[in-house]
Amino acid sequence: MTSEQTSWTGRLRALVDRELPTENLLPDEQPIYVNSWVYVFGVATIAALVWVLATGVVLAFFGPQWWHLSGVGRFFNSMHFWSVQAFFAFMVVHLWVQYFGAGWRHGRAGTWMVGVLIFAISIIAAFTGYLSQTNFDSQWIGVNAKDAINSTGGGSFFNVLNVGQMLGIHVVLVPAIVLALVVIHLVMVRIRGVVKPIGEEAQ
Amino acid sequence: MAATKIDQKSYFKGVKMAPYDLVKEIVIAVVVVGLLTMIAALALSSPDVPPITIQTWAQSDPLDFSATAAGELAGTTTSSQYGPPYNDGTSSVQSIGFISPQTWFGKGQPVDPPQDFVLQPLQYAKTDNPILGVALRQYLAADPTQQGKWLDSYSKAVTDAQNQGSSSVAPADYGPVEEMMNSLLAEARSGALDGLLLSSKNFYQTDYTKTLLFLGDGTYFVGQADAQHLKGNQWGMMNETGSYPGQTWLWLYTFWYQIPPFNSASNGDLLIVLTMTVLTLGLALVPFIPGLRDIPRWVPIYRLIWRKHYSKP
Repeated sequence: MTSEQTSWTGRLRALVDRELPTENLLPDEQPIYVNSWVYVFGVATIAALVWVLATGVVLAFFGPQWWHLSGVGRFFNSMHFWSVQAFFAFMVVHLWVQYFGAGWRHGRAGTWMVGVLIFAISIIAAFTGYLSQTNFDSQWIGVNAKDAINSTGGGSFFNVLNVGQMLGIHVVLVPAIVLALVVIHLVMVRIRGVVKPIGEEAQ
Repeated sequence: MAATKIDQKSYFKGVKMAPYDLVKEIVIAVVVVGLLTMIAALALSSPDVPPITIQTWAQSDPLDFSATAAGELAGTTTSSQYGPPYNDGTSSVQSIGFISPQTWFGKGQPVDPPQDFVLQPLQYAKTDNPILGVALRQYLAADPTQQGKWLDSYSKAVTDAQNQGSSSVAPADYGPVEEMMNSLLAEARSGALDGLLLSSKNFYQTDYTKTLLFLGDGTYFVGQADAQHLKGNQWGMMNETGSYPGQTWLWLYTFWYQIPPFNSASNGDLLIVLTMTVLTLGLALVPFIPGLRDIPRWVPIYRLIWRKHYSKP
């Protein structure tokens, strides 16, 4: 038996070669029906996420006082704010386009489910971000939201009034999960390719 | 829905293909979205209303501060009667039937409002104020009934002063409570109470639970939120301060707070969290739910998505 058949590394390489050859990962041609403006929203969501992460890294580096007290800090905070708004706007349009195009057809249910999970985790990411603004809005959101969190029992270990905990979760934990899920989502899209229009058979 | 695996070559067999540059599309998208967010940041900035401190509260509305502080000491505020995860109260504990997850994990964030918000800060202040030291000893030595009488008469006097538009409480016999409340107000107005509420066994501190619970018990803090349209019954969860967009993606979650039975139920939060959990699971499982997964075929929006494809003869 070859190492490809016996070693874990060999098996993984064979799996990647089989499931995601580079021509599928980085395609230079697409079905003609992909020539529609609605497909832009998936890519635009990724683009907005790039700016959310980039501006978030800058804000994390300089810290909370910086974005309140310095003009440059305020600018990066504003870019972070608007890129988050763009991220959600593009993602919601992408979600509805995929729904009304029944994007889960022909073996793509997993891709849809990971997409919904990204949406849900992104809401937690944004929520902890709003709590980390360290302004009046964060104070109010914390006081207002605590009752719902506490009603589930989660308040004992997820304290929305503890800005250190919320900032840590917002900066490290949720972005890592969102990023990992986005990579999985994109790999799933590239493995299967773009679903055919409704009415077309799988084969 | 075919769940069987089909490789791309077989799947796209017979489908007309067109040149496509994935990398170029991503780069252009990143540049365009970056420019748009930069323009928005420069032109519109971002919301940043300064936080409210105990000091600003005590300076702006001293009577509300005193009324709330007396309530904390008497154990009549929301926080002092709350329940888990803060204390042994029950007034804010939510349940559905006999299921009450709020009680499952105990007091993970212990807060004792009479001690934490009033008595301990006064213990610090008494070192520079012998009269306060006497008042504290008198209060602590009194039986709960006597303490309750003093607090009750003081709270009524504060309410009367608020109703009459007076800036101070009318003189009367409130026992040691008047001296205690005046000292606490002085601590608050100086800014010292903000620091004392944050004090812990550790030098560094990021936990604002006590400060925010105290602020939340008063009407001043809620009034500021009301003015900014941030309250729950104002669709506040998806609003931001000023005219900025907030968490608009929470529109459905916020919606339930506007309608019965959720907006009047004592367990409304728990009902809404459960409702949203079920709906989110439903959204994730749409591909497997008959009816929901068929709507796209019945509503011809897909004909707009693939307009060119369907326009072919």
